[in-house]
Amino acid sequence: MSEQGVDVGKRRFLTGATAVAGGVGAAFVAVPFIKSWQPSARARAAGAPVEVNVSELAPGAKLSVTWRGKPVVIIHRTDEMIASLSEISDNLRDPDSSNPQQPSYCQNPERAIKPKYLVMLSLCTHLGCIPDYNASPEAQPLLKAPGFFCACHGSAYDIAGRVYKGVPAPLNMPIPPYRYVADDIILVGEDPTGNGGGTA
Amino acid sequence: MMRRIIFLLAALVAPAAWAAGGGALPYSFEPDLSNKSSMQRGAKLYMNYCAGCHSLQYLRYSRMAEDLDIPEEVVEANLRFTGEKIQNHLTGVMPEASASWFGKQPPDLTLVTRWHKNGPSWVYSFLRTFYVDESTANGTNNLVLENTAMPHVLWPLQGYQALDEDHGESSGGHGGHGPAAPAFTQVREGSMSEQEYAQAVGDLVNFLTYAGEPARLHRAGLGIKVIAFLLIFALIAYLLKREYWRDVH
Amino acid sequence: MANKFMTWIDDRFPATKLWNEHIAEYYAPKNFNFWYFFGSLALLVLVNQLLTGIWLTMFYKPSAAEAFASVEYIMRDVEWGWLIRYMHSTGASAFFIVVYMHMFRALLYGSYQKPRELIWIFGCLIFLALMAEAFMGYVLPWGNMSYWGAQVIISLFGAIPVVGEGITTWIKGDFIIADATLNRFFALHVVAIPFALVGLVIAHIMALHHVGSNNPDGVEIKAKKDEKGIPLDGIPFHPYYTVKDIFGTAVFLILFAAVIFFAPTFGGYFIEPPNFTPADPLATPEHIAPVWYYTPYYAILRAVTVDFIISAKLWGVILFASSVLILFFLPWLDRSPVRSIRYKGWIFKGMLTAFVVAFLLLGYLGTQPPGGWRTLASQIGTFVYFAFFLGMPFYSKLDKTKPVPERVTE
Repeated sequence: MSEQGVDVGKRRFLTGATAVAGGVGAAFVAVPFIKSWQPSARARAAGAPVEVNVSELAPGAKLSVTWRGKPVVIIHRTDEMIASLSEISDNLRDPDSSNPQQPSYCQNPERAIKPKYLVMLSLCTHLGCIPDYNASPEAQPLLKAPGFFCACHGSAYDIAGRVYKGVPAPLNMPIPPYRYVADDIILVGEDPTGNGGGTA
Repeated sequence: MMRRIIFLLAALVAPAAWAAGGGALPYSFEPDLSNKSSMQRGAKLYMNYCAGCHSLQYLRYSRMAEDLDIPEEVVEANLRFTGEKIQNHLTGVMPEASASWFGKQPPDLTLVTRWHKNGPSWVYSFLRTFYVDESTANGTNNLVLENTAMPHVLWPLQGYQALDEDHGESSGGHGGHGPAAPAFTQVREGSMSEQEYAQAVGDLVNFLTYAGEPARLHRAGLGIKVIAFLLIFALIAYLLKREYWRDVH
Repeated sequence: MANKFMTWIDDRFPATKLWNEHIAEYYAPKNFNFWYFFGSLALLVLVNQLLTGIWLTMFYKPSAAEAFASVEYIMRDVEWGWLIRYMHSTGASAFFIVVYMHMFRALLYGSYQKPRELIWIFGCLIFLALMAEAFMGYVLPWGNMSYWGAQVIISLFGAIPVVGEGITTWIKGDFIIADATLNRFFALHVVAIPFALVGLVIAHIMALHHVGSNNPDGVEIKAKKDEKGIPLDGIPFHPYYTVKDIFGTAVFLILFAAVIFFAPTFGGYFIEPPNFTPADPLATPEHIAPVWYYTPYYAILRAVTVDFIISAKLWGVILFASSVLILFFLPWLDRSPVRSIRYKGWIFKGMLTAFVVAFLLLGYLGTQPPGGWRTLASQIGTFVYFAFFLGMPFYSKLDKTKPVPERVTE
C-alpha cells in the first residue's frame, strides 16, 4: 500500500458522485414508503361524493348523511328562517362569512347555492362536537332565531351555521363542496365544476 | 469475476424460463397488457358473459375505468341499473343464486390468471376447449377442466364444437392437463369465426390478467427506469472502487 | 465546529471509538474475493425486510377472515403497496440466496475453524431463526399454500412419540390451523423473531470483529504485523471494503430489481400459484411444495420410506432436524490442519463437490412430487449430505494438504 500518486481530486469527485447518486436513489426509494400513507383507494371510495335526494324533505326538516365519515346536515329552510338570517347579523362574529369556511360559491348571506337548502358539515368549530338543530329557538336562550346549539360547551350558530358572539367557538361551521345534479338531487363532495373535495 | 456474475444471472433466470415453458395445455397465450383496446373489449365481454355469475371482488369499477381508459360515464351508465357506485368492487350480480343452479358457487375470478401455473394460458385454453358431451348435465364438457360445472356461456360467439373421435377423451382426466393440439369439428356456427373467437378469448384473458394484478400495467416500465438508474450507480460505484483500490494492487 | 461537536459527543458516547473499531480501523485481509460480498448483502437484505415488513404491518390484518383480502388491498388500494409487498416477498428469497452463498463461502475457506467457532455458531442460529421467520411469514398471506404448508410443517411435531399430538395442538391453538395460529405467527414473525435475528446479527459481527476476518487463503493476517501493529496483509475496512461493497450492493440491486419488476413470482418459485386462492381447510393443493429455500431439507424429510425400529415418519423428522443441527458441529468435525480449500487435498474437494451436488439435487427433488427414481435419488442425496459431515473427522485427517503460505496470495 502506498499513498504516492493518489489523485485526491478524482477521489473526492467520485466519492461525491457516488454520494449524490446514492442519495438520489434513497430519495426515490423513500417515495413509495411515504406515499403509501396517503388515503388508500378504499378510504377514497368511502369518501366518495354522496348523492342525496331532498325532494321528500319537508320545510323545516333535517336530513343527516355522512361524507368522508363526517356528519353532513341538510336542512330545508322555511322563508321565515331565511328572513331571520339578516335580522341577527349584529349578534354574529363573522356575519359576512369572510373566513374561508365555505367554498367561494357559498360565500353569500345564506351560505348556500340555493337559499332553501342548507348543506353543512355539522361539526362545532370549538372542539368538534355535533351541535343540535333547533328549529324553534325558544328552547335555547342563547339563540335569537332558529339555529344550532352545541351542548358540549354551549356554542351557538344561526341557521346558516354562522357562529354567535360570546360563545367558545371561533368560526362559522364549514360548508362542504357540493352541487346540484338535478333540481332535488344534491351531490355532496363535488364542486359545481365537477372537481372533487375541497379541504373542508 | 464478471463471468461469475453472468453465470449467476443465467442461473437465476433459467428456472423461470423453464417454469414458463412447462405444463401441457392445449394452447399457450402470452398476455399483452400494453394493448388497452384489447383489454377494453375484454372488459365488455366480461360484463356481458361472465359478470352474471362471477365476481371480481378485488377490482373497483373506478380503477378499471382509470387504468383501461374507459370513460367513467360509460361505466356509470352500466351501473345505473344496479344502483352501484363507481368506487364499488365488481361483485357479481347474483353469485349466491347461481350456486344453486350449477351445484357450486362460481369462483371469484380476480386472481384466476394467478392461481394456476401459466394462468393466462390456462384460462385461454379453458375458454376455447368446450365441446359437446351429452353425458354431462349441461351438455358440454371441457378439455382443460374435465366435467366442469360451468356451461359453455360463450356459445353464442363460438357456437358448439365436438371433439374428434380419433382424438378420444383425454384418458383418466387429470384436471388441468389436457392433451396438446386438440382437434374439433364445428357442429353449430356461432356469430364469430374461429379466428375472431380466439381473439375475443385473448381479449378476455388480457382483461382478466390485468384484473389479477393491476400494478402489472406499470411494473415493467418502472423496472426499466429503476434498472437504468442502478446501472449508472453501479458504474460510478465501480469507478470509485477502482480508484481506491489502486492503493492495494 | 464539526470537531468540537464530535468531541462533545465522544465525551458522552463512544461514537468515534465505535466507528474506528468496526469500520475505519478494522483491518480486513486485502484478498477478499467474490464470495465476500454476501455478508454485507445479507445485512442489506435484512434492512430491506425490516423496513418493508414494518410498512406491511401498517396495512395487513392478522385475522383468518381478513388476511387474504388485506394482502390484495395492499396490492391494489394502497399507493405503491404492490412494490412494498414484492420487495418483501422477493427479499425473503434473496435472503436465503445470499445466506446460502455466505455459508458456502465458510465451507470453502474454513471460516468456521478455530478461533471462529462462535462466529459460525451465531451464524447457524441466524440461519435457524431465518427459517422460522420465513416459515411463519409465509403463513401470513393466508393463501391455500400458506395453509397447507403450515399444516405439513406443524404436523412434523406430531411424529414425536407420546407428546407429539399435544404439541401440535398447542402450536396451533386450535384443532386445525386457524385464526389463533395465524395471529400468534404474526406476533412471532413481526416482533419476536426479528428481535432475535437482529441480536444474533450483532453478536455475529462482534465475534467477527473480535477475532478478525478469515480470507480465501485461510492465513491468519494478525500473525504478521508492521511496527505500528497493523497486519501487513490488512487494509482498513473503510474506505476499501466500503467502496467495494457499495459496488457489490449496486450489482445485487440490479438483480433484485429485475426480479421485483419483471418476475415477482419468479415462475411460481417465490410466490406459489396456489397462494392466490384463500386458505381452504377442505381442499389441499394438487401438489404441496415448500418454497424453494426449504426444498433440500424437505426432500430429506421425505427420504425415509420404510419403518425401521421407529416409524418412517419419525426417521424423516429426526433426519430433517439433524440435517440442520449438524451444521453447528462443523468446527469440531473438520480436523484438517488447513482452512482454505486452496490448500486442502482432493478428498475434501471431492466431498465438497459431492455435497453441493447433493444439496442442489435435494433442492430440486423437494420441488417435485415424490415417487419412483426420485425417492431413491433423495435417499442417495440424503446419504451424501450426512456423509459429508459425519465422514469429515476421518477424511479431513486423511486428506493430503498443501503447505500454507505465510502471507496471503494475490
